[in-house]
Amino acid sequence: MKKVNMKINIAGVELENPVMTASGTFGSGKEYGEYIDLSELGAVVVKGVASTPWKGNPSPRIAETYGGMLNSVGLQNPGIKEFIKEDIPFLKQYDTKIIVNIAGRTVEEYCEVVEALGDTDIDLLELNISCPNVKEGGVCFGTDPFMVEEVTKEVKKVAKQPLIVKLTPNVTDIVPIAKAAVKGGADALSLINTLLGMKIDIHRRKPVLANRMGGFSGPAIKPVAVRMVHQVAEAVDVPIIGMGGIMTGEDAIEFILAGATGVAVGTANFADPTATIKVIEGIENYLLEYGFENIEELRGNLLG
Amino acid sequence: MKKVYDCEIIKHKEIAPCIFMMEVLSEEIVCSALAGQFVSIYLNKGEMLLPRPISICDIDKDKGTLKLIYGVVGKGTAELAAFKTGEVLKVLGPVGNGFKIEDTIKKHIVIGGGIGTPPLIELVKQLKGKVEVFLGFAKDSILEERFKELGATVYVATEDGSMGIKGNVIDLLEQINPDGDMIYSCGPKGMLRAVDLWGREKGIKTQVSLEERMACGIGACVGCTCKTKKKNEEDWQNRRVCKDGPVFWGEEVVW
Repeated sequence: MKKVNMKINIAGVELENPVMTASGTFGSGKEYGEYIDLSELGAVVVKGVASTPWKGNPSPRIAETYGGMLNSVGLQNPGIKEFIKEDIPFLKQYDTKIIVNIAGRTVEEYCEVVEALGDTDIDLLELNISCPNVKEGGVCFGTDPFMVEEVTKEVKKVAKQPLIVKLTPNVTDIVPIAKAAVKGGADALSLINTLLGMKIDIHRRKPVLANRMGGFSGPAIKPVAVRMVHQVAEAVDVPIIGMGGIMTGEDAIEFILAGATGVAVGTANFADPTATIKVIEGIENYLLEYGFENIEELRGNLLG
Repeated sequence: MKKVYDCEIIKHKEIAPCIFMMEVLSEEIVCSALAGQFVSIYLNKGEMLLPRPISICDIDKDKGTLKLIYGVVGKGTAELAAFKTGEVLKVLGPVGNGFKIEDTIKKHIVIGGGIGTPPLIELVKQLKGKVEVFLGFAKDSILEERFKELGATVYVATEDGSMGIKGNVIDLLEQINPDGDMIYSCGPKGMLRAVDLWGREKGIKTQVSLEERMACGIGACVGCTCKTKKKNEEDWQNRRVCKDGPVFWGEEVVW
């Protein structure tokens, strides 16, 4: 079989293929590592990690909806110390890239995590200024272009690894936000985080989630995500990691045609623990079928 | 490498209103399944993405089959109920930690509430010694005969009084006042909390099987957490019902 070149480059870091995991859906890979070979992934993007352990929100944290789901986990994580001790050595056993998603309530907290990671053997940082499930930090930073630029600038000052900024779709226009992140020094952008949503149990007349609202993900949000990736790709020159409802290789191809360099698989992991591998195979098959030798040929390659 | 198995449905029928018994063939899952564990069933059919966690009711090692009994409580379980005998389901499992069974314990108190009752069948099959089973239902009882076949003494309470005593399982416990060395319980959270309290008053160690809304079902998404004590009620941590549970010690749960 003819081999295609799946390699991509994000801010100087070469990934074997464009498929990574969406932060928060994959832990640090330990659980899914029992079902798939993590070395086959372009990168593992770990669950958001903060300067100290966070307990997250009360249960229920999950609600299923038509073609998707809501979560209100709220960035539960063991804190950066534990992460460095436990999760980095685990991931280093595999031949994949490590992208650490950074959570924080303040600029100082973000910087603390990034500084702690300075001497570790990870590949990229992903600044999470877009989680809809926490009151402070998270999405509060991500919805105001001025704040986006400031927090990116401050984090970039202390970052030893290239910095991806993850954007929220919960804004009127994502383009000024994306431009602000790039102006602040972002080496790459990832989008979209979840859409803020809500589900009501009509029999109990109560919200299903204990936190009332949560982040909406899954195939139902894909058209919104593809549209935003397309808009941002037209407006900035940094690489984009596209995500939002990718279930198959065909879905991933849509994002790449919209201008994404890499793609991340999130909710699909829940529906099939081997989803990431199937997405990789699906992309390869598409390239072969349409006679592309290199995935780079496909990026933003929309006809009309 | 663990995997999602293709399991043929051998039998599938409604055993009580909105309660279904499904028997699936899977030697791989059967060979390592324990009482109190569950399986995740991927519907992969329509609008529902997430797997359905269903407790293992009965393990037949000779036939290589698992019996699963579930209630139709929403769209996902309604979709599951529509599967026919002979169809193949995608099933992951066994998942989670089962009940702790110690051979030194001779007197067992087994307490089930509603659709939480099924996993107690496999448990009772494996318990040695005197087993008393206390079941509480809203209306129709299930599995009463099966527990009797396994040699257990069975007491039933129904909220409408149609079977057994009128009331809930706690009323039943107070009336019978059983004596035992270990309590095993599965049912709605309110019931489990009351069972834990009752066990503490009697000085009997209590195992509770918790339920929570899950997404991944393998411990990665931390969607299904419950609060457990580190040292006391204030010093608590979140643990995953799917991976760290579903069976916990009653005394460690922050209710």
